[in-house]
Amino acid sequence: MSAAPVSGRLSTLAAALVIARRDFTAILFSRSFFFFLLGPLFPLIVGGLAGGIGASVKETTARPELGIAMSKADVAAMSAAYRQLQGQLAYLPDLVVVAELEPGQAFDAGAAVRDRKQNLAAVITGTPAQPVLTGTRDLIERWQGPVSLAAAQALGNAPASYPKVELSNLVTKTTADENRSRVTTAQLGQTVLFLLTMLLAGMVLSNLVEEKGNKIIEILAAAIPMDAVFLGKLFAMLAVSWVGITVWGVTGTAVWLAAGNSLADYPAPAVGWPMFFGLAVLYFSMGYLLLGSLFLAIGSMASTVREVQTLSMPVTMLQLLNFFFASYAMARPGSAIEIAATVVPFSSPFAMLARAAQDPRLWTHGLALAWQVVCVAICVKAGATLFRKWVMKSGPARGGRRRRWFGRRAKAETAV
Amino acid sequence: MKLGEAPVVSNAGAGANRPLAIEARGIVKRFDGFTAVDGVDLTVPEGAIYGILGPNGAGKTTTLRMLLGIIDPDEGVRRILGHDRPHEVAHTIGYLPEERGLYPSMKAYEAIAFMGALRGLPLAEGRRRGRELLEQHGLGYAADRQIRQLSKGMAQQVQLLGTLVHNPRLVVFDEPFSGLDALNQGKLERMMRGLAESGVTVIFSTHVIAHAERLCDEVAIIAGGKVPFAGPVDVARDRIRPQVRLETRASDGPWRAALPADARHEGAYWMFSLPETGVEPLLRALIEGEAGILSLSIERAGLHDAFVAIAGEAAARALEESPEEVR
Repeated sequence: MSAAPVSGRLSTLAAALVIARRDFTAILFSRSFFFFLLGPLFPLIVGGLAGGIGASVKETTARPELGIAMSKADVAAMSAAYRQLQGQLAYLPDLVVVAELEPGQAFDAGAAVRDRKQNLAAVITGTPAQPVLTGTRDLIERWQGPVSLAAAQALGNAPASYPKVELSNLVTKTTADENRSRVTTAQLGQTVLFLLTMLLAGMVLSNLVEEKGNKIIEILAAAIPMDAVFLGKLFAMLAVSWVGITVWGVTGTAVWLAAGNSLADYPAPAVGWPMFFGLAVLYFSMGYLLLGSLFLAIGSMASTVREVQTLSMPVTMLQLLNFFFASYAMARPGSAIEIAATVVPFSSPFAMLARAAQDPRLWTHGLALAWQVVCVAICVKAGATLFRKWVMKSGPARGGRRRRWFGRRAKAETAV
Repeated sequence: MKLGEAPVVSNAGAGANRPLAIEARGIVKRFDGFTAVDGVDLTVPEGAIYGILGPNGAGKTTTLRMLLGIIDPDEGVRRILGHDRPHEVAHTIGYLPEERGLYPSMKAYEAIAFMGALRGLPLAEGRRRGRELLEQHGLGYAADRQIRQLSKGMAQQVQLLGTLVHNPRLVVFDEPFSGLDALNQGKLERMMRGLAESGVTVIFSTHVIAHAERLCDEVAIIAGGKVPFAGPVDVARDRIRPQVRLETRASDGPWRAALPADARHEGAYWMFSLPETGVEPLLRALIEGEAGILSLSIERAGLHDAFVAIAGEAAARALEESPEEVR
């Protein structure tokens, strides 16, 4: 072994690159990455199935019916008029003949509505000249007009035919429509951003805990600054997530386009689609780096999956609150709440993405991104400091003693 | 406290005139009020084999971690290869922690290359040297095997080679003999001597006195977070007087008055510390007292006796109770 060193000093960034390269290739060529890529399929399939089944069940079992109980002649006249009306008002419920009454025969409409064997929402009784609609308040208020029209038709007091209305579809949407659609785009963007950041920050946390399990962390900590270790891990997972997003994006877009959709059918975000997508990637990256650095700080204090779950639960809940905060703020553009949501580091990426959908000014994004970079740097530094402060405080357990990582437990610990 | 002041403990041994690879003054580390390391002073000359000897829980690992910059001392100063910040010279240091760790999915040569890359060795060069080192140490056949496919002993060797792949000037081993069989302990000892001969400073912690005694030019004896002695092994041994082993024909007589107060009878022998007046007055008194000397030998104290004398009985007992080692 020669005594002449053959290596040179690494800068923090170069050291981070060594870690990132190792982690990136290790994750990319692992089996778990394949399942990671398939990950979004599962909620889509489950959601699709659940939605389809739910809609079908709702369609078949929950569709309310309107009953009619009149004399035979009145039932015939009312049914004919109602069918004609139903051609114009498609939302009307089906008309079901409950009873054809003999002259002078009494009928309890309330009992018919309450009868569990039938699916009646309301019942028409009386005569076309004096119809009585029995049912819950909201339904009878909604249906009194159509019932009145049908009765008038049955009496011959209404037009026998309806002129065909020619439909003229407006290509450009109204301002109100556009604003509503942009809010939908913003909401969708925020939700996707939130789900992705939570998923990936959780993965980087597992990665660190696994590393501690492999006892490699001490070798890393001795060779390079912990800031570099943290940065490397964050960058690696970010690169992995970009690969994942690219695969999901390309596949999803292909399926979406194949289904006959086009971006032109949707209102463009205020900054335009290309800029919106660009900003979405940037805000995703910043959101992930912020949350990931926080999770790494937690991971530095935990040594088992159980400890990780215990420690990360409050952070996950807080992040959920941040997401709700940003969502709430989105509906109040320009308000103090919205500005606060763009300033609070952990809600800032969500709030700013919503702003990109609603507000065309670009300089605000430059400012927000700069602020988020500063916050990431602070989080990474704080995480590395915590790691150095709380971890590595003792050697391995011997004689059945269990290694502990939590600072407060270390009182019972002896250094080795 | 500043570095460069007169050292608390003299290094008046083999490395007296050599520049220092490690210099630490008054380093302290507390964890939640518990003082793990309490004002440790160390001076390790370049090219020396230096042992940190103490029982489990004495503060060895914490001291090494502070020297390497893994954690910072709460008080005191340290200088590694002339730098206050150990990470600035990380590319010239090799470190083998007590708890061995490698990525299970990495191939053996890649693991070595990765450890080199952490120390600034270009990855391609690390891969080349990794294969070369594995060949040199009889593990060439395992170069392309994943770490998880290697035996524990082989994985330990891979990690050891990874510690040395970048040709460090200073190598720090934390309990390096832990978990190794006697054969591999011997190989590691030879490797450590070889490193020192090529000018590399070797510092290691151990709770096995035999290793320290065989290998070290200098030792630091650590117990309860304090270092009551740091210096050449010979100086430590000279801390206690040589032991006299005496066998006499007469079981009693006037010669008994010549024995010092600490003399104890063990089997056929009397054991006691050599009086400060030396051996000649003792011999004269024994002869004049008609002891009938059958044998008399003077044995220099071993490092174990020195450890007991310096660190105390309790620390020595803790040292002996430390598990899993072949002593």
